[in-house]
Amino acid sequence: MKYVDEFRQYKLAKQLAAAIRDEVDTGRSYHLMEFCGGHTHAIFRYGVQDLMPGNVRFIHGPGCPVCVLPVGRIDNAIHLVEAEDVILCTYGDLLRVPASGRNSLIKVKAAGGDVRMVYSTQDALNIARENPARQVVFLAIGFETTTPPSAVALQQARQEGLKNFSLFCNHVLTPAAIQNILESPEVREIGSVAIHGFFGPSHVSSVIGSRPYEFFAEEFQRPVVIAGFEPLDVMQSVLMLIRQLNQGRYEVENEYTRVVTREGNQKAQRLVAEVFELRRSFEWRGLGLVPYSALKIKADYQEYDAEQRFQIPVSPAKEVKGCECPAILRGAKRPTDCKLFGVVCTPDNPMGSCMVSSEGACAAYWSYGRFRQPEAKSA
Amino acid sequence: MNAQVKPFTLRLDTRKGKVDMTHGSGGRAMAQLIQELFLKHFDNELLRQANDQASFDVHAGRMVMSVDGHVISPLFFPGGDIGSLAVHGTINDVAMSGARPTYLSAGFILEEGFPLADLERIVISMSRAANEAGVPVVTGDTKVVEKGKGDGVFITTTGIGVVPQGIDISGDRAVPGDLIIVSGSMGDHGVTIMSSRENLEFETSITSDSAALHTLVEQMVAVAPDIHSLRDPTRGGLATTLNELAQQSQVGMQLSEAEIPVKPAVASACELLGLDPLYVANEGKLICICSEADAERLLPVMRAHPLGGESAVIGRVIEDPHHFVQMETLFGGSRVVDWLSGEQLPRIC
Repeated sequence: MKYVDEFRQYKLAKQLAAAIRDEVDTGRSYHLMEFCGGHTHAIFRYGVQDLMPGNVRFIHGPGCPVCVLPVGRIDNAIHLVEAEDVILCTYGDLLRVPASGRNSLIKVKAAGGDVRMVYSTQDALNIARENPARQVVFLAIGFETTTPPSAVALQQARQEGLKNFSLFCNHVLTPAAIQNILESPEVREIGSVAIHGFFGPSHVSSVIGSRPYEFFAEEFQRPVVIAGFEPLDVMQSVLMLIRQLNQGRYEVENEYTRVVTREGNQKAQRLVAEVFELRRSFEWRGLGLVPYSALKIKADYQEYDAEQRFQIPVSPAKEVKGCECPAILRGAKRPTDCKLFGVVCTPDNPMGSCMVSSEGACAAYWSYGRFRQPEAKSA
Repeated sequence: MNAQVKPFTLRLDTRKGKVDMTHGSGGRAMAQLIQELFLKHFDNELLRQANDQASFDVHAGRMVMSVDGHVISPLFFPGGDIGSLAVHGTINDVAMSGARPTYLSAGFILEEGFPLADLERIVISMSRAANEAGVPVVTGDTKVVEKGKGDGVFITTTGIGVVPQGIDISGDRAVPGDLIIVSGSMGDHGVTIMSSRENLEFETSITSDSAALHTLVEQMVAVAPDIHSLRDPTRGGLATTLNELAQQSQVGMQLSEAEIPVKPAVASACELLGLDPLYVANEGKLICICSEADAERLLPVMRAHPLGGESAVIGRVIEDPHHFVQMETLFGGSRVVDWLSGEQLPRIC
């Protein structure tokens, strides 16, 4: 595969591993948080941890859009299918996320609810065009990467005068969440969680650029490296973060120069700004209410806003007792610290959201790395 | 397929006609469908006896029997269709015991409204696949369900076969030290199907690898009668099948990602969709687990066969109380290759 294999070369990985070993100060530790689930997945799938010195630890952050969606929002989506009889379109990962009362969209589908897995917002628009008598709702989730296609879909719906299409917006923002983690008592006041540096998600930055991270690199004195998702990108970024830490720098550096610029994709940013605006506050699973961390549909587009079109009850979300997803998402605990991990919570039967998506820390631990756990249990 | 051999006033309209409820009612319409479509194309001596059962002499020795239901969507795809798949799938299940497949049965569940032209196309393809494999369809059944209660056509095939003397191939016979061989590239069938699904059309030159593997198996057991395990990695792909075998044999496995053949186009499509080719279905490949000495004998034979040209040793059976399948990644790290949980769903961003 051209443009992919180049970033997975074993030889270069060995050279980079050697460079990292040379660079690390053995007298200290390096706790590096990969915010984004894409990095978590790459680290586990390619076994990057095996190539790291013992004092470099990856902390898996809350950047898996499926994992941070609060249970209540899935309950809302189920309500739309069951009470409003809509055709609910969504990305595949969301189907298995556990909702309240051991329900999930895949179970709702099995019970006859019209839930359809789509690969893009365009598929959802097509379904709306083909079913003019039915209401079609696109359950939109994701970080800044998936926001522009949602904006385009709403613009298209308006241009075509599609009356039966709306979007249930759950788009969230990366910088606000990272800031929230850094401000959390565990990191800032108690100091029980040490996070020394961050990998910035590169696809997010292909849209928003690297600039939005400059504020908190300065404010919280933590280096940020915008890192690509290939394993060599991750390793190069480890080296860049370690160099900054050793030199006492805390800057935003860009490893993913083949795509990301400081300003980002301004056309996409304008598109998003036309359709979406900041929510005052949004609930994140694991982080709780985070101010200005999500988007909502502007009043100008409210006829395409599922939250305006339908009565959506506020549902008090119930987490499974004993589930440590919240602490895991903040980096305060590891998946193996959770009592449910591997006992009752496995990818076949996920109790918490971190076990659902392959980008979730628990699923990645279980699927790719459980042979490292001395007490590992077979499936 | 009991068909009354009586002339019908009008021929079955296989150009514009559609399946209707009378085609499953047991009356003359059904008899006509059987005679002018199924009997015509599957034609063979046993079927021509027109009894409710096929009658044949039983060979001496151990026999095997396997059944496989086919519900694939889309029905037609590059490299095959539900008909050829239904023949290949069952022949392969029989052949994975080392057996020589002898006969097939075919049960059709048709949905009201299904075009007879499509049905004929499927039956022709099925009969061609059966003829090429030398394994005739000797008995069958047709049912029609109301519109909306099926998905065009479902086909269930059963196959029987005879195991040559001295062959004992089973999923529980893998032992530490054995080598793991695959007969070719992984993921071709699954990627072909995904690329031709309605909501996911993308252009690819990949075609399904759907094929009957019994002649390959025949040559393999001829040079290495003590093959321990054979299995075709269909649904769930290589990863799931190896986990099944590891569990059955109570062993672990150590793979080398660099040795697993995956076509560049398949790797690219998987990359695009966020899938792992190790979990994508195959319909014309097999996994063979055997001693190191047998592997040396098998590889040249497999590579000389048209369906085994890319055969490769991809790993080794090891002792492991957890029965994990582990893999050294291309990148030099290692990871568990786990069971597939649920369906492999595309990732979001």
